[in-house]
Amino acid sequence: MSEGSEGQVSCLAHREGDTVAVAVQDVEPGNAEVAILSTGARSEVQVTEHIPLGHKLALTDMANGASVIEYGEPIALTLRPIVAGEMVHTHNIRSTKWQIT
Amino acid sequence: MADHLTGYRRADGRVGIRNHVIAISVDDLSNAAVEGIAHLVPGVLAIPHAYGRLQFGEDLELTFRTLIGTGANPNVAAAVVVGIEPAWTDQVADGIAKTGKPVVRLSIERHGDLTTIAEGARQAALLIQDASELHREPVERHEVMMSIKCGESDTTSGLGSCPTTSQAVDRTVAAKGTVLFGETTELTGGEHLIAARCADDEVRAKFQAFFDDYMRTIEAAGVDLLGSQPTQGNIRGGLTTIEEKAFGNIAKTGSVPVVDALESACAPTRQGLNFMDTSSAAAECITLMAAAGAVIHLFPTGQGNIIGHPIEPVIKLTANPVTAATMAEHVDLDVSGLLRQEYSLVEAGDRLMEVVDRTINGRLTAAEAIGHQEFVITKLYRSA
Repeated sequence: MSEGSEGQVSCLAHREGDTVAVAVQDVEPGNAEVAILSTGARSEVQVTEHIPLGHKLALTDMANGASVIEYGEPIALTLRPIVAGEMVHTHNIRSTKWQIT
Repeated sequence: MADHLTGYRRADGRVGIRNHVIAISVDDLSNAAVEGIAHLVPGVLAIPHAYGRLQFGEDLELTFRTLIGTGANPNVAAAVVVGIEPAWTDQVADGIAKTGKPVVRLSIERHGDLTTIAEGARQAALLIQDASELHREPVERHEVMMSIKCGESDTTSGLGSCPTTSQAVDRTVAAKGTVLFGETTELTGGEHLIAARCADDEVRAKFQAFFDDYMRTIEAAGVDLLGSQPTQGNIRGGLTTIEEKAFGNIAKTGSVPVVDALESACAPTRQGLNFMDTSSAAAECITLMAAAGAVIHLFPTGQGNIIGHPIEPVIKLTANPVTAATMAEHVDLDVSGLLRQEYSLVEAGDRLMEVVDRTINGRLTAAEAIGHQEFVITKLYRSA
């Protein structure tokens, strides 16, 4: 199924509308090809930092406190503004569960 | 898929895919005896564990259900049950014997370990000889009860190994089979998706009650799970929150309705996908599923959980290319090609079904080959 289109897909998103994708190989700063699994659609994102295999990157800019969408569902809230192409991990997002304080 | 499936049809009509003779302890004190029996008679599989003394109430009932269910599992041809005293030994032995399979019972008080071991070994040798005459016969897919649970998940689980497992779930249920899933804790954040798939309001209410009970347990303890869910292994693999982990977890449950919500270690009575209330710790969960009668387990992993079980073969699959390369001896199926989009999910499902069928027909899993036999009783509260 890997096609001869420009770049090799290095990031996969589950659903259209997800605000994050997963790096399926180590990704370096620069242009990265993203495929959306539910539709097969392709897009590009300008990656700003090293993203290790299995870690996530932002597909869109997100404001502080915004819902992070993966699988078409909210998986977390941002802890600070995140820009497209930035790594998204425990340093900049948190669970919506058990946040009593 | 294989031309035909084979298994062992037991006296109670259920189908197993292995033919074990086990020596199982009723309590921690009897572990040395069951291990002694297995040492003298090498074909015997010893199943020691840490509990069985001074338990009471629901916790004791669950331990009995687990021990009886393990012995009753159709992957077991015959059982030697050893306990420190005769009353609880009888409870477990009688429960197993209801299946019609041969059960030998021994208690240690007034005999001592050495006499018990000698007698157990004599009887176990005969059970092994008898079991060796049992033959595989053709069986149907729906007769082979499956269970699923993932572990050491990472983002590749939700992208690859869990959706591949979904393929096997849907195909097994389409063949009128029965599949168990559980992990109450790891549905957190995605529980609404499971509730929506429950076949009717009664099942939905039962499922929701199990989930709410778990949430109350956490809240009553005055703690949160942020330090342990996701695990450090999950986070290293790119997962960030319990919600994200839950959606990956749920990605393995197929697209079929949830036909029932069961208490831990209770045998399902409805064909289809059944939820069972379990911990998400791999050994505890699989031990409960085997006790409910599951005979083959599918275990998607990301960072590389190495789990096995004494009597229920555990097939491990991963889509993480690093795990597949560095932990090959634990991996039955590498589906990392899904991440590179080298083949379709349906094709990955075909590959998994081929592994399932070969395992049903007798091929040892990676965990069986290298001797992973984790058996862990779920303890609900401390003993008296």
